[in-house]
Amino acid sequence: MSSLTRGEVTRIADLARLALTDEEVDLFTKQLGDILGYVEQIQGLDTAGVAPTAHVLNRSTERPDEPAATLARAGALDNAPDAAPEAGLFKVPRVL
Amino acid sequence: MHTAATPTVRGLATAIRNGELTAVDACTQALDRIHAEEPHIGAFTAVMHERALDRARRIDAAGITSDTQILRGVPVAIKDNICTSGVPTTAASRILAGFVPPYSATAVARLEAAGAIVIGKANMDEFGMGSSTENSSAGVTKNPWDLSRTPGGSSGGAAAAVAAGMVAAALGSDTGGSIRQPAAFCGLVGLKPTYGRVSRYGLLAFASSLDQIGPLVHTAEDAALLLQALAGHDPHDATSSDEPVPDYVSTIDRGVQGLRIGVPRAFVGDGVDAEVQRSFAGALARWQDAGATVVDIALPHAGHAIPVYYLIATAEASSNLARYDGVRYGHRAALGKGEGLREMYDRTRDEGFGAEVKRRIMLGTYVLSHGYYDAYYLKAQQVRTLLRQDYDQAFAACDVVAMPTTPTPAFRLGEKTSDPLQMYLGDVFTVSANLTGLPAISMPSTPSASGLPIGVQLTGRAFDEPTLLAAARTLQH
Repeated sequence: MSSLTRGEVTRIADLARLALTDEEVDLFTKQLGDILGYVEQIQGLDTAGVAPTAHVLNRSTERPDEPAATLARAGALDNAPDAAPEAGLFKVPRVL
Repeated sequence: MHTAATPTVRGLATAIRNGELTAVDACTQALDRIHAEEPHIGAFTAVMHERALDRARRIDAAGITSDTQILRGVPVAIKDNICTSGVPTTAASRILAGFVPPYSATAVARLEAAGAIVIGKANMDEFGMGSSTENSSAGVTKNPWDLSRTPGGSSGGAAAAVAAGMVAAALGSDTGGSIRQPAAFCGLVGLKPTYGRVSRYGLLAFASSLDQIGPLVHTAEDAALLLQALAGHDPHDATSSDEPVPDYVSTIDRGVQGLRIGVPRAFVGDGVDAEVQRSFAGALARWQDAGATVVDIALPHAGHAIPVYYLIATAEASSNLARYDGVRYGHRAALGKGEGLREMYDRTRDEGFGAEVKRRIMLGTYVLSHGYYDAYYLKAQQVRTLLRQDYDQAFAACDVVAMPTTPTPAFRLGEKTSDPLQMYLGDVFTVSANLTGLPAISMPSTPSASGLPIGVQLTGRAFDEPTLLAAARTLQH
């Protein structure tokens, strides 16, 4: 049965941009450890020479590079928590 | 629950076309039933009274404008992860609180072009992650057949709304079984089309190589009507197929004479409730009576489908849900002095996402991360290939693969919420269709002794929805 350490869980949370509480780290350490222990069963399968399937579609999805109608800027800004509509920009806190 | 009095899409569309019923009548009746049932079911996150009635009045005033309006005047519910222009769409998540899409999903636009009336948004597990509709920021939905039980998930609100007779049809989405399992728990027909058959444009993405939109309805014919309106290539969705759309409605009565039904015996034995086994055997017998033959097949890798699914789906989800960052829409965390963009991201997401969503984002992040990618994600993709090969080989000996939809009937609210892994194991029969991209339909078979619905599932060849619909039609007669 796999287990994750608390350190690994905080590292993953950092990558995933999640500010977990200590209680969440404890809970997820246990639950994710259990889940990983379960999914690890596939490592015993023989997959030598088997091509991975990333996608069930096997065709090109290219199209000519021609501009077409798209979402208007005003509509795109309507849901913004903070925006400068006159400049057509979303606003966010500064990077510190 | 489906009685002669329960509205069907066919029944409503015909009555409206013949002038026996107006669109406003149909809409008013649906709103009355919603008003009566909602206090104890909780299927909807939003009901659009005025908007729906307004649209109904305009439909009545315009009259019949074309033959393509096969759903004219029919009220429908839309799962709340499918964008409806001008109407809040939250995926049952706090992180999208207040989000009002500036566009409608292609699936919604096509239903409306066919004359349907969107009457409300249906409750669900947050971002499609769950099998019970208990992971919703909007509260729990109850199974109309037994209010102490779940309607299933993640399309639980959609299933409950149809099962309770509030609407005749609902759109759900299915990534690992989220249309079919609620259909089974609520006594409905639920169809996950072939991957690429229905546009995903406007569906809030969970796992982009697995997600599909599909109908939850009472009858195979209603499923055919909805699929007819939904199916077809969409230039807005690069993964949508240009496979021609057949006439799903006219072929529905072709029966099952000569149909070869494959049953993976080894796979459907263990862990399946005795009543589900009996119901499944009964469905097979009825199809045999109607001229089908049952053959044993093997799906050697099907037992590994759940781990493969939870590795691939969570990896894709961790990428798809990275966009929920407080910048452009939805919730943004309040910041303290000296805090900046990084804190905004981290706290917005911690405040906005529920526990199951966080678990899956973290699992997906882990399996994609350096040092683990090959052992988990790449390996899962290889087993996915083997699973597809299992089905391709099976389809040399049969035309459809039959299994129970779920190992048990609907479980009780709260029964599985403390053990995520137990919840995942219920998806054992549904995830393969998403991993392989094949179409799959759940339909009611004989209920349990206590009257709980049980579903039987058929999986077909790619784009062979007509065979699935004909087999479902046969079982219902």
